Amino acid sequence: MSSSVNIITLTIDEKQVGARENQTILEVARENGVEIPTMCELKGLTPSGGCRMCVVEVAGIPKLLPACMTTVSEGMVVTTNSERLKKLRKNILELFFSERNHICAVCASNGFCELQLMAQKVEMSHVHYPYLYPHCEVDASHNRFVLDHNRCILCTRCVRVCDEIEGSHTLDIKGRGIEAQVITDMDQPWGDSETCTLCGKCVHVCPTGALIERGMAVGEMSKRKQLLPYLTQMREVKT
Amino acid sequence: MEQGNKKKNAAAKDKRQKLVDATMRRHGHSPYALIETLHTVQEVYGYLDDENLKYVAESLRVPLSKVYGVATFYHFFTLKPQGEHTAVVCTGTACYIKGVPGILSALREKFFVEAGETTEDNKLSVLTARCIGSCGLAPAVVFDGEIAGAVTPDIVVERVGRLLEQ
Amino acid sequence: MTPEEFNKIGEKHRNKRDEFTHNIRVCTAAACATLKSEEVKKAFEKEVKEQDKKKTCRVSGTGCLGLCASGPLVTVNDGQALYAKVSVGDVKDIVNNIDKKPVKRLEIPADTPFFARQTKIALENCGTTDPESLEDYLALRGYESLYKVLTEKTQVEVIEEMVKSGLRGRGGGGFPVGLKWSTVYKALGDKKYVICNADEGDPGAFMDRSMLESDPHSILEGMAIAGYAVGADQGYVYIRGEYPLAIKRLRAAIRQAERNHFLGKNIFDTPFSFNVELRLGAGAFVCGEETALIASIEGKRGTPRPRPPYPAQYGLWGCPTLINNVETLSNIAPIFRKGAEYYASIGTEKSKGTKVFALAGSIKNTGLIEVPMGITLREIVFDIGGGILGDKKFKAVQTGGPSGGCIPEQFLDMPVDYESLAGVGSIMGSGGMIVMDETSCMIDVAKYFMDFCKSESCGKCVPCRVGTAQMHRLLVLISEGKASMRDFELLEELCDVVKSTSLCGLGMTAPNPVLSTIRYFKDEYIAHIVDKVCPAGVCVMESKEEVVL
Repeated sequence: MSSSVNIITLTIDEKQVGARENQTILEVARENGVEIPTMCELKGLTPSGGCRMCVVEVAGIPKLLPACMTTVSEGMVVTTNSERLKKLRKNILELFFSERNHICAVCASNGFCELQLMAQKVEMSHVHYPYLYPHCEVDASHNRFVLDHNRCILCTRCVRVCDEIEGSHTLDIKGRGIEAQVITDMDQPWGDSETCTLCGKCVHVCPTGALIERGMAVGEMSKRKQLLPYLTQMREVKT
Repeated sequence: MEQGNKKKNAAAKDKRQKLVDATMRRHGHSPYALIETLHTVQEVYGYLDDENLKYVAESLRVPLSKVYGVATFYHFFTLKPQGEHTAVVCTGTACYIKGVPGILSALREKFFVEAGETTEDNKLSVLTARCIGSCGLAPAVVFDGEIAGAVTPDIVVERVGRLLEQ
Repeated sequence: MTPEEFNKIGEKHRNKRDEFTHNIRVCTAAACATLKSEEVKKAFEKEVKEQDKKKTCRVSGTGCLGLCASGPLVTVNDGQALYAKVSVGDVKDIVNNIDKKPVKRLEIPADTPFFARQTKIALENCGTTDPESLEDYLALRGYESLYKVLTEKTQVEVIEEMVKSGLRGRGGGGFPVGLKWSTVYKALGDKKYVICNADEGDPGAFMDRSMLESDPHSILEGMAIAGYAVGADQGYVYIRGEYPLAIKRLRAAIRQAERNHFLGKNIFDTPFSFNVELRLGAGAFVCGEETALIASIEGKRGTPRPRPPYPAQYGLWGCPTLINNVETLSNIAPIFRKGAEYYASIGTEKSKGTKVFALAGSIKNTGLIEVPMGITLREIVFDIGGGILGDKKFKAVQTGGPSGGCIPEQFLDMPVDYESLAGVGSIMGSGGMIVMDETSCMIDVAKYFMDFCKSESCGKCVPCRVGTAQMHRLLVLISEGKASMRDFELLEELCDVVKSTSLCGLGMTAPNPVLSTIRYFKDEYIAHIVDKVCPAGVCVMESKEEVVL
């Protein structure tokens, strides 16, 4: 770490904290024991800012800012848990649940699912938006992994890990808006992919049961996300 | 399979392929030239077929999934071949409030084709555009590249009928 | 190049133009071209030849004359006479009478409010220049501003001039242009870029298209001046792929400018170099958003990223980047020609200068207009626009496209400026203005815009991706008479969630058409939900049909 980085002070939830000026609000909050809910963010991957769960209020700025991608500045006053933010986060999470099909009782990730955990965390009791229930495929063509689009929340962690860590960029997103979907290569069955290295990192960074190992029964699919910070560190040392 | 493709491309470097290559060369085969190249592919082939997408991906060194992701993100690109004739119905605001729904339903009733689809005999594609910028002439329809303004469902049916007779 | 040498260029072309006693200009912009103006132009050429008037009459094409509904339009001697709906059969009459009185049956009097009430700055050359001729542009003192700026002013002085003019971004946001230029100027970086945003995506807006088709050189000149001010040597025009004529003319203009050294290396023998390239959009409304536009130029999916950092600091390929839209850039050269004080003297205190609007919908004079800021909506709709088509009753005017709102009758006397429009729940937007009469249903309009936002959402952030789909679904239910008041409450709540938490401007403004129609036309929502009727008779109520059966 170069010594030219300035140290600044800011306020998070009425608490004075110190930070390096290139840190994000999320990093500084975590260091100081302030928990901000996140869905798409995962340490070791480039942040995307798409899930909007981590939005916070910054005094003097009319719009809400994503904590994962906003860098701190001197004298910044951040609020992470106002009543309004709590309500909005609950609403966003409900939108997540209403988009596709998230019935926990039949999901391999039941009990290990981050979406499920988040619902408990933000005290979301029920979804009051109508379920859209689109018809989505389950891609079981791969001999080791299964991709169930019905459980996908398009957080793009799998796309990012495949590109940034594994370097094979087998996964990406096709289409846009409500029609967007994760694809492998040219939207072909995963089993036919010429670029997949079978590394399985995508499965382990997936927050829900959208990506699982083959043959997992309900409630069996726990994920090992610890691999990521380690891999990132290795990569940084190398370069 | 890739080998086979390469050979085929080398053997049959027809004029169209040369135009695609020229676009890539003009941009120094940079991955940034992906969208510009896809424009050329669509211009000369009429649509983006799998073989060309793979060829472009390989030439510009862009991952396959990324090429497919870009091709499907932009609605100007089409991955399906178009019919012999096209009718592009503008659905901009001015056209919409002046009667686009009526035009689309007339086309549906007369030619059994929905917006965004091609008839079974591959003669006619009905497409919609998000405002072609001819709001002064609303509602506007583009028949095989020729804009017609202030159309009514009857006029559209008549014009399409004439196109199909050609 | 010395000032004398430069002045000679313009003079030469002015003299050449003045050799003719009569200038016949036929509008060849998109709307008139659709109405076969090219054939009219050919007929004029033939007629002039046959009557042996080739030495005195010059026939040329020209850019948009504004009154698109009455095309093809023809002018004689730049405003001496203006003819509407000219057909090939009328050509003989016009040429016969060219030395005499104008042909009455085709003429539009010059004092018609449509023309008399306008103030043309951005559209100054539209209709008095041939868009395909660099000579015409030079005759009208083209590239003079660039010459002055490069030879007489420092970068800071140019930016000061822009601040003084009070010009604000014409793409929708209204950010002060001088301030934006100054941030890019101050940003550190060896390489900087200027991007012209010509991805005019608002349905119902065609200002940028007309300007590009009518006067492409003024946009190039504006870009070069901006490039000099911020320290960029490369410009990109990001233009909609759906505008083939504008692309063609812009390409030709770039080639002409390069060949004559108005673009390229060491312009006017100064150290400043500037190149312009085109990049074609591919049908994604979200690419009008700055960060999505940058992603698209980089050949990626056009998804936005959170700002800050703003493109001024971290833009195209990570370099400081200035993004201005077409209308903003077309104001630059006139500002330096006429002076910042002149520009700032027009308009209101906070909204200086003029604004171009595309008038469309249920209005008599559809077309392109440029009016001083602060003019009232009533003047635009009823004086310039000539009133409602078929003399029906005015209901609302929609500004700002899918990010704007519907403004009802009670605000017709409100001045048109950034703050007033925002105050009533709409936005200035890029300049689309769609007039609606009593036969338009506001729920149908809200549903139309939400359908637009739903299909244009990039899908990156959840509130916009799922929220617009949910809102559209609720609006469909309401329009079919299947909704309850609980659905209405859900709709209102969703508006708040999507507006507050979306990642980019598309999502943040997507609820505006719904919010503004709820604000001013709540009784129509109630009629659809409670009484199951559509007062305008547009929506087909499912429950009603059942009763009939």
